Amino acid sequence: MNQTLFDKVWDSHVVHKINNGPDVLFIDRHMVHEVTSPVAFLGLKKRNINVLFPEKTFATADHNTPTKNQHLPVKDPLSAKQLKALEENSKIHGISFWGLGHEKNGIVHVVGPEYGITLPGATIVCGDSHTSTHGAFGAIAFGIGTSEVEMVLSTQCIMQPKAKKMRITINGKLSKGVTPKDVALFIISELTTSGATGYFVEYAGNVFEEMSMEGRMTVCNLSIEMGARGGMIAPDHKTFEYIKNREFSPKGKDWTKAMNYWSTLKSDKDALFDKELLFDGDKIQPMITYGTNPGMGISISNGIPNAENQEGGIKTFRKSLQYMNYNEGESMLGKKIDFVFLGSCTNGRIEDFRAFTELVKGKKKAPNVTAWLVPGSHKVEQAIKSEGLLTILEEAGFELREPGCSACLAMNDDKIPAGKYAVSTSNRNFEGRQGPGSRTLLASPLVAAAAAITGTITDPRTFY
Amino acid sequence: MAYDKFKILESTAVPLPIENIDTDQIIPARFLKATERIGFGDNLFRDWRYSSNNIPKKDFVLNNSTFKGKILVGGKNFGSGSSREHAAWAIYDYGFRCVVSSFFADIFRNNCLNIGVLPVQVSTEFLEKIFNNIYENPKTKLNIDLNQQIIRILGTDSSESFEINEYKKGNMLNGYDDIDYLMNIKDSIEKFAKKTPL
Ligand code: SF4
Repeated sequence: MNQTLFDKVWDSHVVHKINNGPDVLFIDRHMVHEVTSPVAFLGLKKRNINVLFPEKTFATADHNTPTKNQHLPVKDPLSAKQLKALEENSKIHGISFWGLGHEKNGIVHVVGPEYGITLPGATIVCGDSHTSTHGAFGAIAFGIGTSEVEMVLSTQCIMQPKAKKMRITINGKLSKGVTPKDVALFIISELTTSGATGYFVEYAGNVFEEMSMEGRMTVCNLSIEMGARGGMIAPDHKTFEYIKNREFSPKGKDWTKAMNYWSTLKSDKDALFDKELLFDGDKIQPMITYGTNPGMGISISNGIPNAENQEGGIKTFRKSLQYMNYNEGESMLGKKIDFVFLGSCTNGRIEDFRAFTELVKGKKKAPNVTAWLVPGSHKVEQAIKSEGLLTILEEAGFELREPGCSACLAMNDDKIPAGKYAVSTSNRNFEGRQGPGSRTLLASPLVAAAAAITGTITDPRTFY
Repeated sequence: MAYDKFKILESTAVPLPIENIDTDQIIPARFLKATERIGFGDNLFRDWRYSSNNIPKKDFVLNNSTFKGKILVGGKNFGSGSSREHAAWAIYDYGFRCVVSSFFADIFRNNCLNIGVLPVQVSTEFLEKIFNNIYENPKTKLNIDLNQQIIRILGTDSSESFEINEYKKGNMLNGYDDIDYLMNIKDSIEKFAKKTPL
């Protein structure tokens, strides 16, 4: 057989094939949040139909929620209305709803895995592009638009042509201070933001095998930033250990049955990919972005490239540097920053907080830096407290906020002011992404921690 | 939702020769708070179009009355980033029915097709030609024939064919949407669901 992991999961979910058209793909898990769902629910109402499988649908509030005083009513009337709409729609259709204040509340891509909703071999969609996160478990997971949310709510299916297949293999040993985030930023810098458009990516090689589940989630999360529909990693013993005994994961006999299926989920030896890429893990350094798309990343100690050497248009490249107020050839090290954001579905999990805390332990936050530390979920928040990380963070001059997407897309009050620089562990450095006029430097939790301590862009390895 | 049928579109076009235009530029996140699909066109390219005190920026093309039309022509890798369909809505609600570029991001392309905006992917050379012609004469019209899958620059002999999935083409020509199709095969979906392990 020459099937890829992606083929196996995709083909087993095709309800119907349309000649010269898309496949009708059955969806096992549909995650819903407040921003991309209201118009879809409205569509259902207009058509006078109900959610077909409410038990396969899970709703959480995250994009719009405040990260302070969550026990108080939401101040912004538009946000409040959107949150209310999700609550009401969930009630009408019998969908489990984890709203603000609910113990399971958190960012949709953080809570899915935490509660065992995310499973190997499943098809998972959500009206959010970083749904690719769930691919870390060997699921086919991708973001969809609101029309498609309506489609899945009403029919549990989606109509899409099957993507092409790409495998990215990285072998070697990552050096100390190099995290999964750096691996992902490195890949995107090599491929550009459109390098994997039209493809579904499988990550292979010992670098990914040796990564923790959370690290794999970070990598798969960022697949979309190179244009891929999604990314996935074959499930292994780490995957199964992670899932076992989570609230929604199969139990008893169902577990055994599931395990039998899951252990078949890997690409065959002679599986055919449309494209194969190979990188050397030893060469990857801590990364940082200097421009206005995630492909504009460099090893932290390299200089900003010259426009002439760019594959994209010189004009677009220069426009981007102008926005950032940086110059070609400059070094990133030592540049002053104003904000640090630790959080998001990319790097808002407990391991990210552990890494950040370890570096800042016994030191003091730089006075010129405002730091927003936002856990990805209540479960992460709880762990930060129970593991004693909070005490260490507070001693170093940091405070912890309440969970949500926060400054990742700045829909709530957490906006980076115009012209200010933020080292962010999130996923997008587009113009104004973190607030109108904000300037974002994407990096790992370690680079963020080093910047928070020195107030400038600093190689975290100088702290070892 | 059903939308207007799309057959032939002939119109002047608005040029935006920037690459990697992401959906955060098309519609910034702070305008995603609506619970209904209304008013998105007003905030299309909000931060490129208006300064922070809501004054139109003169140098942005949507504020330049020389360039008008139902077709938006953008640089390579149009619509990257977030899956927000609001980006496609904003483009539609502003009055565009077609976006031309040499490359589209995946989810954005799907979203457009789902709401009745036709994404037309042309070669890099043809895109250059379109830009050049529009800048030379802003009254230049493009003709997009969906049935024939051809885009023409009127007043020149330049044309190019473009790809579109047969099924999606049918939908656009007839103004159908996917849910209409899926509701029709609901029985087989329910049967399929019984066999799935999850
Ligand atoms: S954290 Fe950011 S990328 Fe992740 S779901 Fe929230 S807004 Fe989207």
